[in-house]
Amino acid sequence: MMSMKKIILGLGLLIALTGAALILFVTGTKYIGVHVALILIGAALARQSRYFDDNFYHNASPQAFYPTAGLLIPWFAWLAAVLVIYGLYVSFAIAPTDFQQGEAYRIIFVHVPAAWMSMVIYVAMAFWAGLGLILNARLSAMMAQALAPTGAIFTLLALVTGSLWGKPMWGTYWVWDARLTSELILLFLFLGFIALQSSIDDPRKADRAGALLALVGVVNVPIIYFSVKWWSTLHQGSSINMGAAPKMAATMFEGMIIMALAFWMYTIAVTLIRARCIILERERNSGWVKELATRESSGAKS
Amino acid sequence: MQWESWSAFFNMGGYAFYVWLSFGLTALCVIWEVIALHNRNQAALRLIKLLAQQD
Repeated sequence: MMSMKKIILGLGLLIALTGAALILFVTGTKYIGVHVALILIGAALARQSRYFDDNFYHNASPQAFYPTAGLLIPWFAWLAAVLVIYGLYVSFAIAPTDFQQGEAYRIIFVHVPAAWMSMVIYVAMAFWAGLGLILNARLSAMMAQALAPTGAIFTLLALVTGSLWGKPMWGTYWVWDARLTSELILLFLFLGFIALQSSIDDPRKADRAGALLALVGVVNVPIIYFSVKWWSTLHQGSSINMGAAPKMAATMFEGMIIMALAFWMYTIAVTLIRARCIILERERNSGWVKELATRESSGAKS
Repeated sequence: MQWESWSAFFNMGGYAFYVWLSFGLTALCVIWEVIALHNRNQAALRLIKLLAQQD
């Protein structure tokens, strides 16, 4: 039997050790902020493993998940807050002016993390939706539903900040370039998923319909990612390539990664909050939810 | 530190509009999302309390 506790503990330790190993053996203190952030996130995750139940399947019931999520939210919210403060400090006070783009390049510190999150969230949403479809698990479907609005927001932000960057650099807010067009399609996929689910009254039918849409749409993600390679586009190439050293200054790179990690933590926090709302809304007729709501409104925290 | 003065910082090398609008809109989205979630949570709790009272 898989133990959820051990999986989370192992994942946390793996992230923390990766951070430490990078300092010791690979990049030294060049990207120290990034590695410290990884150690912090990994250690927090390992510490949080105690909130999970040993039984893998027990964690999958909304009733067990609700209090667990409640305990996890402050951890991710605090990590997001600390990382965003440090990330903004690096982005504006430490990272140098770009020799080609001047100060306009600083939009990268929100644009790239938002664009990454839009793709990561879509894949996560499709994963949970697919899992919900296969296992007929309510909580998985609820997770997919909880991810969609945050995914839509980051996609919109990636498009808007990109267009605010495009205007001074390319001379136009918008071109029908492969990267921009496929990211716009991603926004429509998120909005389509939300609209489709809210248009079907039976929640289990809505889950299944949404899952199909999410799974079909996942082909768009590699198209976005590789669009700058496959077509010659106006959009510049990837900021980070696997196996190649980053071309930008170390502090620019560090600011971008820290902001991305901050967005990541923020996404987990708000997704857990929204998942709890969805559980309350959908399980409102079950006994434990009624008990909980009466307890929470009478002042006691759960 | 990259900046000679606060006004140089706010001016962002002449790109103030684009840079600050990008960061401002991002902040606005985050604030809006957090408030919206808080309201949604409160509404859900209110509804459930109402349902529980009807029993």
